[in-house]
Amino acid sequence: MASNEKFNFAQNVAEALADSQLRANFRFATDTLIQRRSTVFASPEETDFLRDVGSSMKKDVLANLPDLLERFEAQCIKNGIIVHWAETAKDANELILSILEDHSAKKVVKGKSMASEEIHLNSYLEKHGKEVIETDFGEFIIQLCHEPPSHIIVPAVHKNRKQIAEVLAEHVEGMEYTEDVDVMLANVRSTLREHFKTADAGISGVNFGIAETGTLCLVENEGNGRMCTTVPPLHIALMGIEKLVENVEDIPAIYRLLCGSATGQRVTTYFNMISGPRKKDERDGPKEVHLVLLDNGRSQIMNDPQLGDVLKCIRCGTCLNHCPVFTRIGGHAYGSTYPGPIGEILVPQLEGLNPKGAIATASSLCDACAEACPVRIPIPEIIRRMRDESYGNSDGASVAGHGYKKNCLESMVWRGWRRSQTCPTMNKMMLKGLALFGKWLPAVGPLKSWMSVRSKPKFGKNSLKDLVKKEGVRHE
Amino acid sequence: MKKVSAAKTPVYFFGTCLADMMYADSAMAAIRLIEREGYEVVYPMEQSCCGQPAYNSGFPEEAKEVAWKQVQLFAKHDYPIVVPSGSCAGMMQVHYPKLFKDSPDLFTVKRFSERVIELTTFLHQHAHAVYQDKGTPIKATWHSSCHAMREANCIADSKALLKQLSNVELIELERERECCGFGGTFSIKQPEISGAMVSDKVADVVATGASVVLSGDCGCLMNITGHMEKENINVKGQHIAEFIWERING
Repeated sequence: MASNEKFNFAQNVAEALADSQLRANFRFATDTLIQRRSTVFASPEETDFLRDVGSSMKKDVLANLPDLLERFEAQCIKNGIIVHWAETAKDANELILSILEDHSAKKVVKGKSMASEEIHLNSYLEKHGKEVIETDFGEFIIQLCHEPPSHIIVPAVHKNRKQIAEVLAEHVEGMEYTEDVDVMLANVRSTLREHFKTADAGISGVNFGIAETGTLCLVENEGNGRMCTTVPPLHIALMGIEKLVENVEDIPAIYRLLCGSATGQRVTTYFNMISGPRKKDERDGPKEVHLVLLDNGRSQIMNDPQLGDVLKCIRCGTCLNHCPVFTRIGGHAYGSTYPGPIGEILVPQLEGLNPKGAIATASSLCDACAEACPVRIPIPEIIRRMRDESYGNSDGASVAGHGYKKNCLESMVWRGWRRSQTCPTMNKMMLKGLALFGKWLPAVGPLKSWMSVRSKPKFGKNSLKDLVKKEGVRHE
Repeated sequence: MKKVSAAKTPVYFFGTCLADMMYADSAMAAIRLIEREGYEVVYPMEQSCCGQPAYNSGFPEEAKEVAWKQVQLFAKHDYPIVVPSGSCAGMMQVHYPKLFKDSPDLFTVKRFSERVIELTTFLHQHAHAVYQDKGTPIKATWHSSCHAMREANCIADSKALLKQLSNVELIELERERECCGFGGTFSIKQPEISGAMVSDKVADVVATGASVVLSGDCGCLMNITGHMEKENINVKGQHIAEFIWERING
């Protein structure tokens, strides 16, 4: 179900809903994550304040992004990091491959990185003869199953303990079936240790890049990120250009927002600040550090004041946990690197409304995502914009594929609706018609959809307008 | 119990399109509750819908025209506009100014939005309604509509009114903050997902053991009671206004 395969959202949804185990796994996971988040953000006042800080910080970064990126690049170079710019996913893949080729690197250990998922780096490198090993526990599991992540933070969240035990027993040499989590973790750890020792290169993502100092920050809990970025002689970091913060002192607030929102932690077990390759007198660390800055449509998004807000995202995934739709259908149904509410507004912009605009229909616009978002991205508003652009109704349509959904029937229905709500005679006729004939409406189209799980709506004999007149309420 | 009415400004009432089509009695009860506090209710006859269905479906121009019609209809007086729905109130308070953000009418629209107030907020905070429960003991549960919760911010007021009813045992839903799956056209455009959501919501309702589920929004009620009927679940769904009106009148 990777992004480049044929995408049929309705079918994905139907399959996901039919899988009761999947639904139970997601329900359990999102309930737990919501609960954990609430313990860290227990004070509403403090949380609101912190979110304001995070939001304005990211807003400022986006407003000054070109300048900050230049500053960041200059600082990175000063620190000895070799900086590359990749305009497209293809550029990024080719760049990373060429760096590996330059170093005759064959085996790569990887830390978790959504940007690398976005550009489908693993399959590209494997096609070119590289061995790529995911070292985050969840990523390791789904790599064994040849599946994409189903969550931004918890990639194997769709599998329960038993299913993971089965995967390990089936795919990892010498591993026996056990449901003991500690044993599973210990076994995977010793397998990964061998890979860390023998890898030619490590690839990681970047959670925050600090413009002031040219530092790459990596937030993680398992220590695998630190292994990937320090053990092999070559480290390649891949970073979306929007992941910048301006100063070191911005880190505490944004780090706390990320940890709290993502996993309900105050701090993570590891917080890495990478400021360059191994120096002369140092005993460990990579000999070379490369940074690939990925655009892949981001600067285009930035040009639109409303859509640009999507780039504030710090990839905490909390909107997924709070989304009642994601909880029901899971990440794979979205058929995209970024699922859930953030995916609904980001993916159509990265990959075009046709076909990815369909995922913007998967929201009841309940606003739970916006309520939880640590940097206050107005997700529901941008979902509305995606819907609007899908029909080509917006004057300022700018997303690729806008207008793909335009159809006469639906436009006519809404024009008719408008007429019935603005013309009093029409409104009266409609209400009268529903009162008289509502119960004989045939169960087709929207009514059929409605009645798939609900009884037929009962239209009243009297409209409120009738009652107001009858009961003598003053009207004008 | 009726309070002295002479000095009180009349209020406008926006009944909502669902009340017109299906829930006229609930809206009528809401009008009676406002009158009971001594306010005269004025109802503009040509009102229709807040425009939310089109706004959420990708047809903002249609929504804007319908919205403008409502703004004009309530312009004759500067009265507060009471709305028996957190969702419609939220649309009018929060989203109308966005629809008109580049329009010369923005000022007029903002003045309108500021006058909009959800029914239970009006009753609790402005009218300081006091209720005496004349009904028999009953277990009830409460469903918070998403926009009542996150846009109109009226849930505390709704619950404060319910808590005055001494014979009503209010049992909270397990996942009160989770959407019931209505979402206007969402329930039609994504019927399977919406169906899964409403069926989970109804399971939570049943788990409370309540005999009635209350809400301040007819959309959610239509969704939840529609599913309960289809599944032959014997729990009643009722709008808070109608429920309170019945309880205080015995």
